[in-house]
Amino acid sequence: MMSAADLAAIRLTLELAAVTTAILLVIGTPVAWWLARTRSAFRGAVGAVVALPLVLPPTVIGFYLLLLMGPHGPVGQFTQALGLGLLPFSFAGLVVGSVFYSLPFVVQPLQQAFEAIGERPLEVAATLRAGALDTFFSVVLPLARPGFVTAAVLGFAHTVGEFGVVLMIGGNIPEKTRVVSVQIYDHVEALEYAQAHWLSAGMVVFSFLVLFLLHSRKRGGVR
Amino acid sequence: MEARFIRLAAGFAAAAALSTAHAAEVSVAVAANFTAPMQKIAAEFERDTGHKAQLAFGATGKFYAQIRNGAPFEVFLAADDTTPAKLEEEGATVAGSRFTYAIGKLVLWSAQPGVVDGKGDVLRRGAFAHLAIANPKTAPYGAAALEALRKLGVADALAAKLVTGENIAQAHQFVASGNAELGFVALSQVWADGRLTSGSAWPVPAGLHAPLRQDAVILAAGRDKPAARALAEFLRGAKAAAIIKSYGYGQ
Repeated sequence: MMSAADLAAIRLTLELAAVTTAILLVIGTPVAWWLARTRSAFRGAVGAVVALPLVLPPTVIGFYLLLLMGPHGPVGQFTQALGLGLLPFSFAGLVVGSVFYSLPFVVQPLQQAFEAIGERPLEVAATLRAGALDTFFSVVLPLARPGFVTAAVLGFAHTVGEFGVVLMIGGNIPEKTRVVSVQIYDHVEALEYAQAHWLSAGMVVFSFLVLFLLHSRKRGGVR
Repeated sequence: MEARFIRLAAGFAAAAALSTAHAAEVSVAVAANFTAPMQKIAAEFERDTGHKAQLAFGATGKFYAQIRNGAPFEVFLAADDTTPAKLEEEGATVAGSRFTYAIGKLVLWSAQPGVVDGKGDVLRRGAFAHLAIANPKTAPYGAAALEALRKLGVADALAAKLVTGENIAQAHQFVASGNAELGFVALSQVWADGRLTSGSAWPVPAGLHAPLRQDAVILAAGRDKPAARALAEFLRGAKAAAIIKSYGYGQ
């Protein structure tokens, strides 16, 4: 059965995924909107940066985050100057890492949803004298709702499945940085296969359910 | 068509047999703390015998799990003596091939000069945010570190400050990058040619933890491999002994 440490790891993982997803929806929405609408020369570059975590190995992300957020890195010196201390080995550090790691999984579905709306509804809103914010909340948001659901679900699930970045910047601290994937790794290394099975099978079921819901919803029609 | 294929295959087999008769490869699992000396030893070994040692570095406990599940390692240099003994009991090794190649030394180390004092009092003061150790569940140096903290009576007070590296190499990296102010590492990681390479350190007295006897063993996969036997032989020789000693290990 699951131990108290396993349950703590599950709770921490869900917390991390929830906080990360919330932050990503806030940051990702304007970025995706800009990417969907802009004709700027920087569009390609920004799109590429957003997609980087898709192709970079987590070791690269973890390695650079550790150096950037460390005492000699620019981010580390900034957080120290603010009196926040250093981010590695802390929950906040994991959130920062996860936000970057899961960025494309939130931005890309949003961008696609915004692009699918097209010019027409925005033009209609403009002729009805709707302001920019009004247009966004009463036209764009309802039309892009399926995109938001997909983005949130994928961002959440991908953060739950994070391992390499956490291993490199987390320091494996119970209830602070020891997430489920790291706990499983620990169990396997210590030959505690029974505990590893409980958590691993749980991850398989969770991931399947998430993707199943996502796919059945899509088949049911996005309208 | 078929005959030609058979001839071709026979040719490949002959070529493969020829190459293994002279210079062979031996696949070696090496405890992370022994990384630097083993790289030097492997280079000397290749120069002397022509055999090439393929080295994999990691936590002893992880290697144990991998070997039990069919990893093709032929020689195993562990960070303790219990893991090779366990493999021997389970029949996963060549009987009688086990020997102690080094005795490890644990050291409390900081990348900054002046942080760690000569008596380890810094642990009692506790004026730091993070103390790095290797995972005590899988890495013998981590277990030794935890044992030392308990004997010093500071394990509970420092529990919230512990950050755990997956193996001793990651614990060292946490300290070297400055993200942890100090940590327990292997002396070999911060010691070369008879002195500390950087920062400040306190060699943990041997009485504070069980001795870190590091045993090597030839695994079942290396049973009929002359290169595996040659490496075990080489590790016991004078050349290897000099390298091992230069990194601060006892023998």
